[in-house]
Amino acid sequence: MRITPIPSPRDHLMSDSKLLLSRRQMGGLFTGLAASSLLPQGALAQGTKYLDIRRGTNFQPIPIAVTNFAGEQGPALSGIITNNFARSVFLEPLEPRSFPEQVSNPDTPPRADAWRMINAQFVVTGRVGRAADGRMQTQFRLWDVATGQQVSGQQYVTDPNNARRVAHIVSDAIFARITGEKGFFDSRVVFIDESGPKEHRSKRLAIMDQDGANVRYLSGGDELVVTPRFSPSSQDVAYMAFGKGDPRVFILNIETGQREVVGNFPGMTFSPRFSPDGQKVIMSLSQGSSSNLFTMDLRSRATTRLTDTAAIDTSPSFSPDGSQIVFESDRGGTQQIYVTGAGGGSAKRISYSDGARYSTPVWSPKGDFIAFTRQKGGSFGIGVMKPDGSGERIITEGYHNEGPTWAPNGLYVMFFRDPGGSGGPKIFMADVFGRGEFPVPTQSYGSDPAWGPLLS
Amino acid sequence: MTFMISARALKIVAALSIGLAMAACSKNPNEDANGAGGFGSGLGAGAATPGSQQDFVVNVGDRIFFESDSTELTSTAQATLDKQARWLQQYGQYSIAVEGHADERGTREYNFALGARRAEAAKSYLAARGIPASRLRTISYGKERPVAVCNDISCWSQNRRAVTVLGGANS
Repeated sequence: MRITPIPSPRDHLMSDSKLLLSRRQMGGLFTGLAASSLLPQGALAQGTKYLDIRRGTNFQPIPIAVTNFAGEQGPALSGIITNNFARSVFLEPLEPRSFPEQVSNPDTPPRADAWRMINAQFVVTGRVGRAADGRMQTQFRLWDVATGQQVSGQQYVTDPNNARRVAHIVSDAIFARITGEKGFFDSRVVFIDESGPKEHRSKRLAIMDQDGANVRYLSGGDELVVTPRFSPSSQDVAYMAFGKGDPRVFILNIETGQREVVGNFPGMTFSPRFSPDGQKVIMSLSQGSSSNLFTMDLRSRATTRLTDTAAIDTSPSFSPDGSQIVFESDRGGTQQIYVTGAGGGSAKRISYSDGARYSTPVWSPKGDFIAFTRQKGGSFGIGVMKPDGSGERIITEGYHNEGPTWAPNGLYVMFFRDPGGSGGPKIFMADVFGRGEFPVPTQSYGSDPAWGPLLS
Repeated sequence: MTFMISARALKIVAALSIGLAMAACSKNPNEDANGAGGFGSGLGAGAATPGSQQDFVVNVGDRIFFESDSTELTSTAQATLDKQARWLQQYGQYSIAVEGHADERGTREYNFALGARRAEAAKSYLAARGIPASRLRTISYGKERPVAVCNDISCWSQNRRAVTVLGGANS
């Protein structure tokens, strides 16, 4: 994909300085992408940050008007962007029916006084057309209503099959410009698609965009599969499957379909997760009545034992710098969360709440929080706490919520919620402050979501 | 992009399907084809051929139950395992897989470990009653294969179980 900043029509250029997509994106998933810069670097100014997310739960969402992009495909793109922002919590897309004007020329400033009347703080304009070589060409401009100035603008040239991705990339650019935080829209989620009666539920490995679109099934449903986890650095997914003999952790390359057993362990392996550099898989091995933590180096195939207890040690997750591991253990009697060094050794319990059990800890990619499942008083909640155990905040509670996974920017979690009985689980996302919660649409039941890295 | 499953993966899928089919049969004596024709629901326990899978399931009992989040063998469970051990010693042709299961009121990963512990508890008991370890293997299904589905303890208590499944030749 070729990306070009669009100069502001005003003399004082204000635009993003991050103009290029990463090489990973260019060379990986979507071929035929190219990026280039047209703006003289000297003309770029670092923009102001409009919303300080660190203020926590007290923020006011920023009202933003996403107008219909010009061109045949424009309204569809605007719809995807609007839907993204509607789930972002930090941005609040305004109802198109309230818009004071139809934007006829996306390159000219909107009438600031008119947009101020509906309290829009930003207006997005754009167009979708064809480049000279036939590829899809998308432009957007972000206007600050207070000043009437363009504060961001870019152009993307790509294969028309990437239309949804372009909408997500535009969403990320706008989200990042306004909040000063990384976006999360151009990302995917692996999950388990569930169908059939609960006693014989069929489970399939599946992947979708973060908004539920573009679902692709990666296994056939004959084999029981659970707990898929994305590699942060490759197109690999680690998961547990019930094959011949003991259930084991496998790695599947979702591009080639090749899969392999992770390690040659004398028993059931489960609860896998990649290290932040993608070089290791950490998991539990069940032997006798205990389960302990092991890592396997994916290059050397060397395995390392990290814990050696009679307890159940499981759900390990690395800190983003790879130096620590958070996991759950019942070594103290009930499931609680512990932190240990990446090489094992002594572990420190960090979860303390009367009568509560804690499980499925997962370290935020920003490092600031650990998300978990908490069982208390017969209900299952999703919450976050700081890595030292302080600042616990429960995001949602109910009959059964389980298994949080972090958005790549560390501002949202996805999890699944099961109503119990003969029904099945569905996937939801919520922001880390618990301000908003949204269903992630899946065709059938869905569970065990695992958010992948940003694609761009 | 095209998705392909490797030949090895297909083999694994096929093997699993067979395994599940066997497990399903052994769970419901009325569906078991082994034994005299016409064996159906409503017939008394005595109709099972001695030494058959129905005999084991109906006259001995193939499963034991656990308290919530517990792997302790209750006195009822021990009595059932005692009967199982006697029967299994008499009919030495079967390999044995002990399946451990958990109810849905736990998280997935922990429940795999909990089911493994339950299976191990039953296996150890059977081994202590003289069943050779070479005949015994365990597998945990966690909360993946409930037999009773509802939102209260009447179902959960049936799902917290270890099931002794008779196999064919030792594997």
